[in-house]
Order: sequence, then structure tokens, then C-alpha cells
Amino acid sequence: MKGSKTIIPIQKSELISRVQKYYDQEFRMAQICCVKEPAGKEPTQKLEMSYSFEKDHVFETLRFDVASGEEIPSITPVYNGAYLYENELHDLYGIPVKGINIDFKGTFYKVSIPTPFNPGCGNGCGDSKVNG
Amino acid sequence: MEQQIITPKRTIIPFGPQHPVLPEPLHFDLVLEDEKIIDAIPTIGYIHRGLEMLVEKREFTEMVFVAERICGICSFIHGLGYCQAIEEIMNLEVPKRAQYLRVIWSELSRIHSHLLWLGLAADAFGFENLFNQSWRARETVLDVIEETTGGRVIFGSCKVGGVRKDIDKDTMTRILGVLAKLEKDVRSICNVFIKDNSVKHRLCGVGYLSTEDAKRLGAVGPMLRASGVSYDVRSTGYSIYDDLSFEIPTEKDGDCYARCAVRVAELYQSFSLIRQAAEKIPDGELSVKVTGMPNGETFQRLEQPRGEVIYYVKGNGTKFLSRFRARTPTFANIPAMIQVLKGSDLADVPNIVLTIDPCISCTER
Repeated sequence: MKGSKTIIPIQKSELISRVQKYYDQEFRMAQICCVKEPAGKEPTQKLEMSYSFEKDHVFETLRFDVASGEEIPSITPVYNGAYLYENELHDLYGIPVKGINIDFKGTFYKVSIPTPFNPGCGNGCGDSKVNG
Repeated sequence: MEQQIITPKRTIIPFGPQHPVLPEPLHFDLVLEDEKIIDAIPTIGYIHRGLEMLVEKREFTEMVFVAERICGICSFIHGLGYCQAIEEIMNLEVPKRAQYLRVIWSELSRIHSHLLWLGLAADAFGFENLFNQSWRARETVLDVIEETTGGRVIFGSCKVGGVRKDIDKDTMTRILGVLAKLEKDVRSICNVFIKDNSVKHRLCGVGYLSTEDAKRLGAVGPMLRASGVSYDVRSTGYSIYDDLSFEIPTEKDGDCYARCAVRVAELYQSFSLIRQAAEKIPDGELSVKVTGMPNGETFQRLEQPRGEVIYYVKGNGTKFLSRFRARTPTFANIPAMIQVLKGSDLADVPNIVLTIDPCISCTER
């Protein structure tokens, strides 16, 4: 199989500059994923973020951890289409994303409980937007 | 006399979640000035099932059944992507015969998905006869799928380590005969899609997406290829695609007609890929024994009928996974669709929405 897959650990503070480099090198944004650690219904202290970019079958993923409910910067000033992923992070995991170009403010997903993929995230994210 | 400047009044028109053109619920607030759309605000989540979280309750070998049920149209490829991810984490070498069978079923899925889309598109632009013909042809593909897997929607034939079902030589020969006849019918139907003036009148120049916007907004699949970008995950050669010859169909116009033309070309190509796979399929085992538990993580990319799908799977050494994520092509195409809607006429909205071939079940996994 052609191409490669790499996961690159970074600090949250490096995110925007790294993403800008991918944009400058004409990578396309492939996906953004969040993993709750550990899995399960219990409240967590740690969320693992993965931002993937692809060009000519080179698939690279930036990886960093954030605390549950900790704010992350939006990458939409660089990749405009990332707003769906970031609204998803907000609605399902309760992650506040600062500076999204199109912010649905918790109405993108019709959820019946707040932050269903990270219950009890504790920052009130989505509490007023439950509209199931 | 002083000239009076009239500022157009803005109107918001809700589109969906229930709409004749939408097979599944999707909502847009369309902001209009006169008949022109100046903004479209999407809402999804009406049927979000949280299937990804079931990995915490289902054993990793059972999760393939859940993955297949993400969507009734791309069901096989969802199961395949999940299995490939687990196989990569566990270093399983899937037998060649199983890989060929997987490609045959993947391409059958693509044919039935594209025929379904052609029918829906014809229905949206008011060509009912073409709708009937497309779906009549699709029934034949579903019959072939049923004959080889036992299911028409959920195949259930893929498992971690290989496949559950085989296609014997006689059946394969018979199927190739059926598909050869079907291809003739499909070519005749697709000639209308490509050449008919009334179809061109509804699709040409409508819903334009530039190459730059397609890349910038992360479009995938026929949406991307119709804007001139030659990107198809099958070209990475996953499974046994590197043993088969195929070209990536692209169009340059970036409009609804170009997206239709790309899907028509992909239909013909899928017939060719099935023929090649049937010719080259070796004898051998259908699966390998799976021992141990997955411990590790991987991203898997596959080409669904609607475009690139990305699976993320993380195992923790137990029979339950930590995370399963599916980034589906419709989700990736929504920003591009919104871009395309801006500046379009209200009457063209159904055609534009349909030309991304939205699969809400996938998006609401």
C-alpha cells in the first residue's frame, strides 16, 4: 500500500503554527478526532486530540492532550471547513473552541443529554442547548 | 427625480428535515434575498445514534456488525474499514482470496449506491422514467448481493481476519453474465443522464464548486473529483486494488452535471474492477484465525461510493476497544455543499443537495 501514516505528538500551543505549515504545503485537512481517556461513562480528566492532514497519500496526525473542558484554539482561520469538526467537539465532548468562523453555539447536533460522549464534563458546555 | 434604492428583503426558508427530495433528515435554514441564497445554516443530529460509543460494550469481533449498520448503503465498506483497522493493529495477514472477495463486494456496493443516487437525482429534477429505470437496474445488483452474501442491505460477509462467505466458480460465472447484461442496461440509462438536453438544462452550470474551494473546504469523493482533483483512496492500493487497473475519473466543470458524469464513469469502472477481480481471484483460505486482543491504534482510509471515509480505532489490550471513530464522506462534504448553495437559486437547492449524495445515516453514525 502506498503512502505513510504518522502520529506526531505536539503541545497545544504549537497547534496553529503546525496547521499553518500544513496549509502552506498544500496538505488537505482530513479529520479531527477526540478520544476520552479512559473510555466509559465516568468523568475524565484527559481528552486526546488528533488532527489529521493528507497530501499525496502522506497522512500525518498532530496529537496533544487537553483537560476535560479546557479551551482549544480554532483552526478555521487556516482551514475554513474545520468548523463542522469543531462544533462536533463542542456538542459531543464539551470542548470550548475559541474563534470558530461558524459557531452553531451548541445547536449543530440535536442532543438529548449534554456532551453525550463526555458526560459530566463539568464546564456546563451544552447544558442550555439540549434540545432532544 | 431622486432615484430610490431598494434594499432586498432577507427571508429565511427552512429546508428539511422532512422534504420530498431528502431520503433522510437534514435541515438547512436558507437565507434568501429575493430568489438567491446568500447563506445556508445546517443542522444535523436528528438521528444521531452514538454507534461509535458501542465499542465500549461490544467485543471487538462483534463490533463489525455494528459498523455495518452505520448505513444501509455503504454497509459493507463500513464493516471492511473496521476489519482492516483491527487487522492492521493485530498484524493479521488476510488471505488473498478474501481480499479479492472484499473488493468484489465493495464494487457491487458502489454500483448499487450510484444507481440509487442516479434514481434520486432523476426524481429531483423531475425525470420520473429515468428514476424508475435506475432503480430497476439497481434491483439486479441487490439480487447478486443477496445471492452471494444472503443479505440485500447488510451483507454480514466481512469479519476480522477475512470473510465469512465464498463465491464458487459456477456462481461467479453466472454473476458475471448477469452483470454483463446489467452493464448494457446501465450504459443505456446513463446515456440519457449524459446526453439528454433536459438533464443538461437542469444540471449544467448549477452548483459550481471551484477546484480551490473543493480543496480548501475538504471535499471528498465525486464532489472533489468533479472539480478536477484526481484523488481516490483506492489508488493507495489498499486490499488488492493495486493488483487491478483503473483510472480515477475526473471532470473539470465542478457543477452538478460534472458530479453526475463522475459517478457514471465510476459505475462503468466498478463493472470493470469486478471482472478483473473475478478473473484474478486465487483459490485459498477465506480467513485467518484471530488470537489475542487488539492493542494499539490506527487510522484507516477507504473509498466509499460518496468518497473517502476515515476510521480511527484504538485498542487497549482488552476485548473492548477504547475508541472507534468514523469520519464519513458526507460529513466532510457539508462545508463544500454550503459554499455551493450560496449564490444559487432556491429552485436549484434540491439538485445541489442531492449531488453531494448526502448520506445522513453515515453522518449520524
